[in-house]
Amino acid sequence: MIQVSKLSKYYGGKRALGPVSFEIDDGETVGFLGLNGAGKTTALRILACDLRPSAGAVSVGGIDAVTDPHEVRKRIGFLPEHPPLYQEMTVSSYLEFAADLRRVARGDRTRLVGEALEVTDLTDVAGDLINTLSHGYRQRVGLAQAIVHKPALVILDEPTRGLDPKQIVEMRKLIHGLKDRHTVLISSHILAEVSQTCDRLLVLGQGRILGAGTEAELAAHEGNVKLVSITVRVPPAASGEPYRDGEVDARKRITSVLSRIDGVTEVGEPQSRGDGWAVSLTSAKDLRAEISRAVVQAGLDLLKLDYARSELENTFLRLVDTGAAAEAA
Amino acid sequence: MRAAAIIFRREMATYRQSLVGRIAGALALLLMGVAFQVFGSKTQLSGEMLSQFFWGSSGVVMGLAILLSVRLLAEEQQSGSILLLNTSPVRESEIVLGKFFSAATYLAILLAVSVYIPLLIKSEGKITGSQIFVGYLGLMLLGSATLAIGIFASTLARQQIVAAVIGATIVVLMLLLYQFSRKLDPPMRDILAELDLWWIHFQQGFMKGVFNLKDAVYYVAVTYFFLLCSVKTLEMKRWQ
Repeated sequence: MIQVSKLSKYYGGKRALGPVSFEIDDGETVGFLGLNGAGKTTALRILACDLRPSAGAVSVGGIDAVTDPHEVRKRIGFLPEHPPLYQEMTVSSYLEFAADLRRVARGDRTRLVGEALEVTDLTDVAGDLINTLSHGYRQRVGLAQAIVHKPALVILDEPTRGLDPKQIVEMRKLIHGLKDRHTVLISSHILAEVSQTCDRLLVLGQGRILGAGTEAELAAHEGNVKLVSITVRVPPAASGEPYRDGEVDARKRITSVLSRIDGVTEVGEPQSRGDGWAVSLTSAKDLRAEISRAVVQAGLDLLKLDYARSELENTFLRLVDTGAAAEAA
Repeated sequence: MRAAAIIFRREMATYRQSLVGRIAGALALLLMGVAFQVFGSKTQLSGEMLSQFFWGSSGVVMGLAILLSVRLLAEEQQSGSILLLNTSPVRESEIVLGKFFSAATYLAILLAVSVYIPLLIKSEGKITGSQIFVGYLGLMLLGSATLAIGIFASTLARQQIVAAVIGATIVVLMLLLYQFSRKLDPPMRDILAELDLWWIHFQQGFMKGVFNLKDAVYYVAVTYFFLLCSVKTLEMKRWQ
């Protein structure tokens, strides 16, 4: 569906994107993941034929987007970060307008608008003026205009930005519903969003692709480093011998117990947290069972044990840090 | 040009629904009535009275055209709705023409509503229907040229107020060309005078009920030039 080769975009002398190369197959749902300013929106706007690339080739559905953007625009639906709405129009008249602009045949227009309203659950507000709708509904209207003409490619730039948790869940459901009918590109800096909706991820940083693949592939590529956070308590009765300095000895004891676990590569400084001690430690594999056994066998109370960050967060932050270091070098 | 027709229909619906459009229209009609009352009462000659009506109306038309046109693209750029057009299979010329013809149609409707004033003069005086027609044709051509200038200004700025200042500045400069030309020697004197937006082509022609093809060609050329500038500006901004 999409072939991108050595694509770059400069604003004046400043590089916003590239050079990047990637391919996206028909029917895939791909997430563009990156911090703010990573180049996600620039990449999507180029694919939506809103921005002309400074260099490189972009092909959508076999059509060159640089030489024939008009033809590519017929095959895409784009929801920018802020939906391009006409506030004074009703939802249905706006969607009819969007369908007309996308060259939908007049005979099909009513049916397609009805389907878009149904898919995005907007039927009840079809006759309402857009300026009377809540932010969540407006976002849905933006999504409806992107799919009303049944494009092969749907591009969604930060589709859940500004939505409340309930609306985010609803928007994710809507995006899930698109997967069967369209190739979908989503940009986000929210890990959970791309993790839950996308088949494959492209991680961007400083305008370059830092990693590409499924969540598991990215994690494997990064050596699967785990960052575990635990909270333990030193029970007074279990302390055994009297300590000269309770706090110092407790720290030493916790560090000693955790450092002895086979596979632990690094143990952080224990920090006092309420009635216990919080410690972060890294390992090359999943050692949660070994850690819990060691803590209990050492006579300590285990209050909490979990990954400090999700696997995807670990991978993402490591990729971004690596990219930043490479850029600085 | 199908997209131009689609954009035209949407804009016309906006004029119908928008309070600003209605108020601007009502204000324009009021001012034309006032202009007739103030300037028309200075003379008893019906031909002179008609000329005075067109004189006052030309100022109202230019002001209204700027007001109507500066919104057309600046508002879209400011609100971000231009992205819908930019990412749709719509050519820049279709966007500009759709917007232009909608504003020109709205202007024509308002002018049509004001026709009762010259008809009143005709009923009591000795003017012909062709004088009225030529005067209105001149107002429409002057209005079209001003709309094109306003649309061009609207492509340059995101804020309507900035677009209005740019558009009004271009119009005022073009209105002063005749005065500037008096200080020059031929042939620059004649060239500048012919480029004036109002004095030569409206005041000495259409306003007096005299139709000269060169006046009509001038307004069509100004309209075409600024619409072309608008298309080129949009092209540069859209696919940059």
